[in-house]
Amino acid sequence: MTLQLLAYGAFFLTMALTYAVICLGLNVQWGQTGLFNVGIAAFVAVGAYTSAILTTPETADRLGGFSMPILVGWVGGILAAAMVAFAIGWLTIRLRADYLAITTFGVAVTMQLVMLNLEPVTGGPFGIGFVPRPFAAWQGNSLLFSLANLAVLIVVTLAVYLFLERLVRSPWGRVLRAVREDEVAAQALGKSPKWLRIQAFTLGGAIMGLAGAVQAHFIGFIAPENYLPMLTFQAWAMLIVGGSGNNRGAVLGAVLVWAIWAASGSAIGAVFSDGSQARAASLQIVLIGVVLCIILLVRPQGILKEVRTVSRYGLAARREPGRAAEETKKKEALERP
Amino acid sequence: MNPQVLVDGLIAGSMIGLGAVGVTLTYSILRFPNFAHGEFIAWGAYLTLVLSAAIGAVVGGTQPIGPFSFGWSIPIAGLAGMVLTALLALILDWLLFQRLRRQKAVMIIIVMASFGASMALRSALEFIFTSNPAYFTRELQITIPLGSGLRATPDQLLALGVTAVVVAGLFYLMNRTPLGRSMRAVSENPSLAGVTGVDVGRVIRYVWIIGAALACGAGIIAGLLVQIRPYMGFDLLLPLFAAAILGGIGSVPGAIVGGLTVGLGEALAVQLLGAQWRAGAAFILLIVILLVRPTGIFGRRA
Repeated sequence: MTLQLLAYGAFFLTMALTYAVICLGLNVQWGQTGLFNVGIAAFVAVGAYTSAILTTPETADRLGGFSMPILVGWVGGILAAAMVAFAIGWLTIRLRADYLAITTFGVAVTMQLVMLNLEPVTGGPFGIGFVPRPFAAWQGNSLLFSLANLAVLIVVTLAVYLFLERLVRSPWGRVLRAVREDEVAAQALGKSPKWLRIQAFTLGGAIMGLAGAVQAHFIGFIAPENYLPMLTFQAWAMLIVGGSGNNRGAVLGAVLVWAIWAASGSAIGAVFSDGSQARAASLQIVLIGVVLCIILLVRPQGILKEVRTVSRYGLAARREPGRAAEETKKKEALERP
Repeated sequence: MNPQVLVDGLIAGSMIGLGAVGVTLTYSILRFPNFAHGEFIAWGAYLTLVLSAAIGAVVGGTQPIGPFSFGWSIPIAGLAGMVLTALLALILDWLLFQRLRRQKAVMIIIVMASFGASMALRSALEFIFTSNPAYFTRELQITIPLGSGLRATPDQLLALGVTAVVVAGLFYLMNRTPLGRSMRAVSENPSLAGVTGVDVGRVIRYVWIIGAALACGAGIIAGLLVQIRPYMGFDLLLPLFAAAILGGIGSVPGAIVGGLTVGLGEALAVQLLGAQWRAGAAFILLIVILLVRPTGIFGRRA
């Protein structure tokens, strides 16, 4: 019993962490840059399908049979999602911010169409099965298998988190927030807001693609219904609850909302009879929608507020003005060719 | 190519156009793309369905009018449905959007709230009515020839006619009445309009009422010609946005022209690629217009 519980706990946490990675990607786009993406599901799907096509064995009537290693699939997923994000970003970011929202929504709708109808590539409504799972050899031992997969997800999430934390504190991250807060001022300092936004949008899309690829290999099969607007909505709810602009908030929100989601799902399963469960599942969505609206009204900053990040040099300057100036001078001298 | 594409496209386009009028008005006057607008279409259709069934239950069923597939219960229930849908929009505004406006929330937060509201409203429909399609009527309709090989059912022709009348009415409202003038003023510059004595709150209420009533109309037409599903409005959302941007945000005639264009594009996609790619047409049109003329056909430079 304890073992089962442990295995379920590991499974739950693994799923939650795949969402955490999506949220980290969204946080680059929305939290750091203020870009509104309503097509998260599409970017996740691009990553998942690319990775699945690259790694699955030969199947009749479908592109594939490359049987590549899982890591190659992940890289493929990242690149494909980045390319889609770059194309969309390049196309719409020079226009108004709201057009990006509408276009990404269009991408999600179109991606659904492609998944459902482009059967030679995507396998149609039934999707792609037999996506290779990491540590498949241990599948007999469910606890060991779950823990190994959890470990994989912890490593991936941590890697993305640390990478982003570093990026947020880098000059690039500061310029990004400068663009978000005051575009004209950033422009006056010679920064190109448009180009920075495209970079951020592409990076966020790439991370979502990675999340999709990792999730696909964890579940073992993918189908269009995994990538409905519902997914986009969940990711948004997670980031907003956790606190947008805060990477720790993104992870916390993902685990928390996924827990609420799973708990409300089993509560509905217990309350409603078998016949009306599909119907009752829509109540879950109503609940999450209302919660999202209430949070936007009452606490738009989420649980964890955005941490003010300033340059290390700036902070040092405030403490010891003389020394910091010296350091900066030293650094500049070093950097000068 | 089959000329029937024209008829099919115009009929689908008139539905999209009716919905897009609401989108373009909220977009230009309240300044956000309302992702919940599709839900007004679906709620309008379901409200009309319930009211019509209630009327039918009280008077014991109505006979089809003339050549059409439906009885008197539908137009009566439709009018009441429009009132209720407008009420729904006003309640949503009061609960959500008005509060966000008062908090001076940035536009994207309001967009997100509309996204959340759309999810909640749609899923509520799914819970109440299940995801099985519903129909206003089970009557079969025979198409009548219109000459040169074109055919349409009486219902479809009625839909086109009603849309034409509504468009004429809207044109009059926007250009010849004090309300229309106030609406255009608020869309140009809300604070300036407020200073010069325009009741901005009243204008906003009318925007919701007009947008929601027309959305309900689009929902009834969609319900009569196709079917009623909880996702009917959500599936129309991309065509609605494409039409509003195509016509130029804030332009009512633009929304109608944009709607007809998107409808024709969809019919063309169905003809050339097959029905499963229908929704792709709106996306392609959207991308093309953003590349070529982001301000839309009738739009002004932002």
